[in-house]
Amino acid sequence: MPKDHGIGASPKRREDVRFLSGTGNYTDDINVSGQAYVHFLRSDVAHGRITSINTEAAAAMPGVLKIFTGADFEGVGGIPCGWQVTDRHGEPMQEPAHPVLAQGKVRYVGDQIAAVVAETLEQARDAAEAIEVDLEELPAVVDMKAALADGATKVHDDLTSNLCYDWGFVEENKPAVDAAFEAAAHVTTLELRNNRLVANPMEPRVAIGDFNRGTGDSTLYTTSQNPHVIRLLMGAFVLGIPEHKLRVVAPDVGGGFGTKIFHYAEEAFCTFAAKALNRAVKWTSTRSEAFISDAHGRDHVTKIELALDAENNFTAIRTDTHANMGAYLSTFAPSVPTWLHGTLMAGNYKTPLIYVNVKAVFTNTVPVDAYRGAGRPEATYQLERVIDKAARELGVDPIALRRQNFITEFPYATPVAVEYDTGDYHGTMDALEKIADFSGFEARRKESEARGKLRGLGVNCYIEACGIAPSNLVGQLGARAGLYESATVRVNATGGLVVMTGSHSHGQGHETSFPQVIAEMIGIDESMVEIEHGDTDKAPMGMGTYGSRSLAVGGSAMVRATEKIIAKTKKIAAHLLEAAEADIELKDGTFSVAGTDKSVAWGDVTLAAYVPHNYPLEDIEPGLEETAFYDPANFTYPSGAYACEVEVDPETGKVTIEAFSAADDFGNVVNPMIVDGQVHGGIGQGIGQALLENAAYDENGQLLSASYMDYAMPRASDVPFYSVDHSSQTPCTHNPLGVKGCGEAGAIGSPPAVVNAVVDALQSGGHKVDHVDMPVSPSRVWAAMNA
Amino acid sequence: MYNFDFEKPSTIADAVAALGAEEAQALGGGQTLIPTLKQRLASPSKLVSLKGISEMQGVCIADDGAVCIGGATCHADVAGSSDVFAGLAGLAGGIGDPAVRARGTIGGSLANNDPAACYPAGALGCGATIMTNSREIAADDYFEGMFTTALEEGEIVTEVRFPVPEGSNYQKFEQPASRFALVGVFVAKFADGVRVAVTGASEEGVFRWTEAEAALSANFSADAIADLKLGSDGMIADLHGTSEYRAHLVGVLTRRAVAAAA
Repeated sequence: MPKDHGIGASPKRREDVRFLSGTGNYTDDINVSGQAYVHFLRSDVAHGRITSINTEAAAAMPGVLKIFTGADFEGVGGIPCGWQVTDRHGEPMQEPAHPVLAQGKVRYVGDQIAAVVAETLEQARDAAEAIEVDLEELPAVVDMKAALADGATKVHDDLTSNLCYDWGFVEENKPAVDAAFEAAAHVTTLELRNNRLVANPMEPRVAIGDFNRGTGDSTLYTTSQNPHVIRLLMGAFVLGIPEHKLRVVAPDVGGGFGTKIFHYAEEAFCTFAAKALNRAVKWTSTRSEAFISDAHGRDHVTKIELALDAENNFTAIRTDTHANMGAYLSTFAPSVPTWLHGTLMAGNYKTPLIYVNVKAVFTNTVPVDAYRGAGRPEATYQLERVIDKAARELGVDPIALRRQNFITEFPYATPVAVEYDTGDYHGTMDALEKIADFSGFEARRKESEARGKLRGLGVNCYIEACGIAPSNLVGQLGARAGLYESATVRVNATGGLVVMTGSHSHGQGHETSFPQVIAEMIGIDESMVEIEHGDTDKAPMGMGTYGSRSLAVGGSAMVRATEKIIAKTKKIAAHLLEAAEADIELKDGTFSVAGTDKSVAWGDVTLAAYVPHNYPLEDIEPGLEETAFYDPANFTYPSGAYACEVEVDPETGKVTIEAFSAADDFGNVVNPMIVDGQVHGGIGQGIGQALLENAAYDENGQLLSASYMDYAMPRASDVPFYSVDHSSQTPCTHNPLGVKGCGEAGAIGSPPAVVNAVVDALQSGGHKVDHVDMPVSPSRVWAAMNA
Repeated sequence: MYNFDFEKPSTIADAVAALGAEEAQALGGGQTLIPTLKQRLASPSKLVSLKGISEMQGVCIADDGAVCIGGATCHADVAGSSDVFAGLAGLAGGIGDPAVRARGTIGGSLANNDPAACYPAGALGCGATIMTNSREIAADDYFEGMFTTALEEGEIVTEVRFPVPEGSNYQKFEQPASRFALVGVFVAKFADGVRVAVTGASEEGVFRWTEAEAALSANFSADAIADLKLGSDGMIADLHGTSEYRAHLVGVLTRRAVAAAA
């Protein structure tokens, strides 16, 4: 019987009432009295030297308050990068300046040249067209390998080259890895591209800067996954505003997928301009602007090699990746191809020797940073593709080859610096075999073939490191931030609770699932718990939501704070019941004395805390409010096994997804319905990457797919009904809830299953196709079949 | 969007008069023009909506049996009309999505002549007649290349007359993002021969595949063109497909259209 309450139940998402009835409060719904509007004049060339900007005529146009250019930002800080990677030789990465408005040069199509603030948006746009910009166009650096060639045009004149860093991991292992390849019985090699993506959250970015002349306080309303991080980065590094004079509010946010983690120039501009003009300044991105100003994701070009011994045991992995940084370093960009990628290269397998080389490259393209999965999809894709290729070369069953090499004993220290605390990879594969009906595949293939179609089955595993992250560890790895989370639990006099969490919900359903945890702990109804997030004036300093960390880290902080509340209420209950504190039990919202019929209700105890007439004032303070900061001891390691069945039309190359099954191990699950939804969404984005999405640049640095006319988002008809299972549960060993995180799994685990299935289908038709790059478009499949 | 004047006349004559103003532009369903205006890529002085002209609305059958579709008739009305033969109704029912089909018009589509639009293939494939406020233009004389037609400045497509084929079918292979035709092929079999019109593929816009027409006029079966290949010269190459791929798809879709129409 499924639970209807607490951990493990699936109450409907309470936030959906406002989201689905049009009563949400998104940033663009906020209008500050007297606000002005900003329009950014963006570069339409990828690389150029600004020789002059004449704003005189534009500034005289109706409604224009001020036109800002780079000159107005001299002496103002640049957009900071939050992670410093150290290269193979012990040197820090090259870190270019990242101005709020272009200083002398534009470096990608979309780079901000000037900002027009006017009474209305239309007036700002009109005036922007009257700005005269003289620009000396420079050769665009687009291809990563060409960017590293001798004599290549430099994106940043003051750097030694376009190489951000050359990272080796683990550098000391390289000789042993090379030796293992020398000794291998078989080596499988694969070259592939992990295609560049645009996140495309349903809500484009918005920023409103406000300034109160009376108090000197600044406020930024913004579409962010982590308002405290924005407050710190923008306040401390860009504008020089201390935290106590700066409030950042991220209200309802319509999807983030990583691209709303980062601190963007538009946020700093609006905050700066509001003070300069003593007017609130609002910016709402158009969808067209989003394509050329939101940080992109992925864009790795990789060669991976897998060495096996004569018994088909994996003996070593060696990879060589070029990772595109774009024109500037976005907030967490350097960490994505390194610590979120190299550390996952062991996957689910006991490969003893691994070496990962990553060259991060500056190009004249939109900055690239974390996108759902962030580094882990790139690792999983190459690993699971090369294993599939190896199985074909060796003539062995791809599932059997994986099972043979599974890690089975935990904890397991990988050769790439992380220690998996727990997992059961045979368990998830067993669960997958049940839901994916592998035994019926041959019959389904014959049925497809009878209709002239090719059918393929692709399977893969994944592991991810999430629940980001132990602060002392990430500090050693170059993070310029701690990655704990916070929660304040405030219990009101009549027993209701408000949790102010540093986590941020932008689609994850925290307002529903977090109360389930507290309801379970206290034994009260979820409706007594309210979640507050997204306002730096309310919640304690928190690090926000990304890396599937909210429940594992933010939920753990909430548990710790609630434990403090429970401990205090037990003291109060012991006083009221005239019993020893050690004898007090809390169950179903009632405190009782063990072995007696004496009890007192939750609400009576909370009331006593605020009306302390009969209260142990000599021992404890009145009131009932506790804060906890939780810093995890390790990452969490969700894992799973995915299967995809495709049909390929051999005449056109069109791929259709006929079935998709996902068996995940997320540890303990708080709300199975929300977890299903997270997996569904992740798989949808993974299928989007595998079949449809492609942020492609031409040789001049123009984004070819800069609108939905050319950038193909997955639609409902592009995806099947998913079969998902999370019954295989090995609880995380180091957080109080035993949870691992589920937000990114679908996007990490699904692309290799799709491509493995396409290759399987093509080979079943006699086509000698080893690989098709994503997106596996009809044109590419047809070309591969007819190569 | 820049400012413009707006008129919504109720007769063709009033519309023609309104379009006499300098930089005036006709507005059909607005499925191309409105996004273009929003992007500030066009700045007409005046928009003249054709949606209020009742004599340009709806479907009827002419004395000679031709299907006559008013220039301001939306795709959904064509798709749902029992007077429209299946090949053309199917084409109309596959354009865009329900919102597009509820707004977009046949006259707007033919006047715009997007190289990936569906209606140009239907009109050319059927040998339709484009009726304007001042003359009749045979489809063979109407399409003059990408976004270019025989229409004069201010001339309005008031009606399109389609002779009814013995059998017809439209096959569209969708560009995955826009869902316009990556390639679309309309095949129509008439007593005096077969017409094959291709959209989406050529840098010159919609065109007739005459080799296929000859082969199919002799033998209306997919087998008759099994070995016929269209050259890739002049075919569009872009992010979504090479010119070779588009040329290949023309063959595949033509065979499928013939099989469906036969």
